[in-house]
Amino acid sequence: MLKKICQKMLRRSLWVYHANSGGCNGCDIEVLNVLTPYYDAERFGIKLVGSPRHADVMLCQGPAMRSTACALRRAYEAMPAPKLVFAIGSCACGGGLWHDSYSVLGPVEKLLPVDFYIPGCPPRPEAILYGVAAAAGLVDKKVAPVRFKQAEFPIPRYHPEHLRGRGELVVYEKAERV
Amino acid sequence: MTSLLSKIREVMVGWNAGRVTLPYPAAPAPPPPRFRGRPIFDATKCIGCAGCANNCPAREILVYDVCQEIRILKYLGRRCTYCGRCADVCPEGAITMSGEFENATPAIGDIEQRLELFMSTCQRCGRCFTEPSPLEQLKLKGYRFDDLEHDRWVFRSQGYLENSPVVDDLTIELD
Repeated sequence: MLKKICQKMLRRSLWVYHANSGGCNGCDIEVLNVLTPYYDAERFGIKLVGSPRHADVMLCQGPAMRSTACALRRAYEAMPAPKLVFAIGSCACGGGLWHDSYSVLGPVEKLLPVDFYIPGCPPRPEAILYGVAAAAGLVDKKVAPVRFKQAEFPIPRYHPEHLRGRGELVVYEKAERV
Repeated sequence: MTSLLSKIREVMVGWNAGRVTLPYPAAPAPPPPRFRGRPIFDATKCIGCAGCANNCPAREILVYDVCQEIRILKYLGRRCTYCGRCADVCPEGAITMSGEFENATPAIGDIEQRLELFMSTCQRCGRCFTEPSPLEQLKLKGYRFDDLEHDRWVFRSQGYLENSPVVDDLTIELD
């Protein structure tokens, strides 16, 4: 439902606004790399605009920091209503290496509702292009959570105080199962 | 006239250069051979030594014990910088840096990996094998430990303090 509405509202080109809230410029360079003719994100109608009032999508790079939190929030509120936020890079996705520093609040999702995550430090231009294409519905996402168990519950656990002599045998009276 | 000639020359230059744009989302673009992508944790080789959790600069690998036998290794991957130090220190070679870079996802939990490791215990008493000297016993559970519930991280596991169990700890009988 929401996807359909989004596709209807954002039928035309996505105009992106490029907000760096204290990153190291690595992701900036990769995002600008995506807009060059070699990777050519303008095939999908993506255009870089200079003002958040013209933009549909905000590309967030860098963690949410104490000094730029207000400005980032204001830029987000200045965007017109059907708006998306992409978190690009491991700083924006999870707070970065200095997530526990005094000046870093954490990931961008502490300030803005993030719709799409592109992890990487920095992500490759292909990865950003893939994320944009996946958000536009051109390709499917590939990652899924992995869970693995080396042993299945319950595991029998024997205690020596439960050893009882029964006839000729010495057996465990009860086996506790964890 | 000269401007028209220069325009024609420009067109010819563009014609000779051909198409440079990668057909990327339609055709795959393999990364270069030494590229480090998402680390893949092999649960059949992992021994649960928590070396990767100790060495992760972003502290995204969490290791904690839910009970005596089960140790959980969680790779969250949100702020992973793909530095490969976990793969370097792993004594069993259980972590490989794969070439996966297409990790874009609408839900950040999708890049999580969680291994439940079986730690072997003594068949008689049911407890884990302990280190011989008290100093090594102190070091046994002293790896870094992140509190996921309260979004803060502490340096020391609380497993040795009485009445303060580890996160989602089962009650371990103290006999």
